[in-house]
Amino acid sequence: MMSWEHFDHGADIGVRGYGASPAEAFGQAAFALTAVITDPATVNPKVAVHVACEAPDLELLLVDWLNALIYEMATRKMLFGRFAVRIAGNTLQGEAWGEAVDRARHPLAVEVKGATYTALRVEQNPAGLWLAECVVDV
Amino acid sequence: MDTARLIRRDEFTWEISPRGKMRVPAILYADEALIRAMDEKVYEQAANVATLPGIVRAAYAMPDAHWGYGFPIGGVAAFDPAAGGVVSAGGVGFDISCGVRTLHTGLRRPDIEAIKPVLAEALYACIPCGVGSTGSIRLNAREMSAMLTDGARWAVRRGYGTAEDLERIEEGGRMPEAQPDEVSDQAKQRQRDEMGTLGSGNHYLEVQHVARVFEPAIAAAYGLQEGDVVISIHCGSRGLGHQIGTDFMKKMLASAERYGIHLPDRELACAPIESPVGQSYLGAMRAGINCALANRQILTHLTREVFRDLLPDARLTLLYDVSHNTCKLEEHVVDGVPRRLFVHRKGATRAFGPGHPAVAPALRAAGQPVLIGGTMGTASYVLAGTAESEARSFGSACHGAGRAMSRHQATRQWQGRQVVDDLAAKGVLIRSPSLRGVAEEAPGAYKEVGAVVDAAHQAGLARKVARLEPLICIKG
Repeated sequence: MMSWEHFDHGADIGVRGYGASPAEAFGQAAFALTAVITDPATVNPKVAVHVACEAPDLELLLVDWLNALIYEMATRKMLFGRFAVRIAGNTLQGEAWGEAVDRARHPLAVEVKGATYTALRVEQNPAGLWLAECVVDV
Repeated sequence: MDTARLIRRDEFTWEISPRGKMRVPAILYADEALIRAMDEKVYEQAANVATLPGIVRAAYAMPDAHWGYGFPIGGVAAFDPAAGGVVSAGGVGFDISCGVRTLHTGLRRPDIEAIKPVLAEALYACIPCGVGSTGSIRLNAREMSAMLTDGARWAVRRGYGTAEDLERIEEGGRMPEAQPDEVSDQAKQRQRDEMGTLGSGNHYLEVQHVARVFEPAIAAAYGLQEGDVVISIHCGSRGLGHQIGTDFMKKMLASAERYGIHLPDRELACAPIESPVGQSYLGAMRAGINCALANRQILTHLTREVFRDLLPDARLTLLYDVSHNTCKLEEHVVDGVPRRLFVHRKGATRAFGPGHPAVAPALRAAGQPVLIGGTMGTASYVLAGTAESEARSFGSACHGAGRAMSRHQATRQWQGRQVVDDLAAKGVLIRSPSLRGVAEEAPGAYKEVGAVVDAAHQAGLARKVARLEPLICIKG
């Protein structure tokens, strides 16, 4: 099985990550977020950006994590292609590696306005695999 | 949507009667075919909106309604602050004051036919669009604050337009009572280099021609004749508005319990209008509206510069500027009594009828222009607000076609290059930094905008005035 995928939502798009832990699933969901915007394979992980979030529960933490990445991409004009996430209680520390947007090399589709609470789920399936997903507004 | 769950009040009016925690009914305006094709989620979301405190009369869904965030897109709801009414960040949406403005050019279709490819290239070169694009304007803290306070009036003061433009923008180009201090530093940071940018997704700048006039008298009042060349710009408040949405969804979700608000869906996060969080959001959201108005004004200026160089005989004057995602304090008559209500329009256009004092004097007798964006391959429409829409939908109408399929389905069905070539063969020139974006926005991925507009017309929400067809489309 792929470790991330998109799912359909009317006008917008859903991002879904899988992993052995919530942190791993969050990292894969971030990869799915990049794939909404461009082909993640074209993004060189040259520069690291640190992100920290805190939220009352894991689901809201996912939205905060994705929104923090959206903010960093928007203000730095960067794309990210590699992620590392650590979750302890209600806090998240993450690294995103990427590079500046380059229209010649990155096939761009659409910018993401924000991660939403729609179809928001962070849960473990009976086989022990974690899933982290929500719809993003484009 | 299963029509068996609805009560049909008349041919174009469908009701979800109050049940469970619904305080008022939900009313959907559409013909039978649109209702049958409508997402079941619209039913659920309209019913959820009807549960919110202080909602007045009904939760409404326009003919183009589809699954949104908490509120359906194409949703209208009014709240009374005196009855514990709420304001909802989800009810406004992420792209605050996303909207459409249409400009006259004073040109006829043959005037631009020979120069079309040159014009397309020049517009594409001058209008920043697509992912990661930046404008040339940088605002320091003081200018940012002035822009967020004064909207398009700020832009005109800085030389991006004329005083005549302002008369043709809702609220005269300046949303009053904006509070720039309520806008986070992150939101301002996101806007630092995005003034005068188009964005991506369904945003566009189109050169169009008036293909057909349906109501000659109103069209004449609006200055539209068949064969005229016009320009329509669809975009919003860019990164600043998106970040305000993100910031306040979080704050309102956290405060809802404190205010004793039961949320059937987290996305309906809201706060009482008369609460610190509600007031803070209103101040920030109004600043977001001003950002969108200033942004469309700057894009207008950039467009005028291109036309001045290539077609010096053109005179670009504003027909009107409408916003789709707003919450505005308005007076409406409910059961014979005028009340001041906070009207949320999420993917819905204000459509005030003839004589309404909020409509520009030059257009007042005809009613407010309602500008409906279509797709780059089909058509857009100009409608006029009606007196009936006041009683039917707090003076509101639809806003666009609405997607018929997801972005993924669209990319499986169309190649961007093919879409560009097919449209070029039909005389529509597309310029875009993103072929995948073009595929995702392929005309076939949208519902037939004509059906939505016909339903709005027949339901009495707005009158169909003119049909605009694209000649050039700059797509983000």
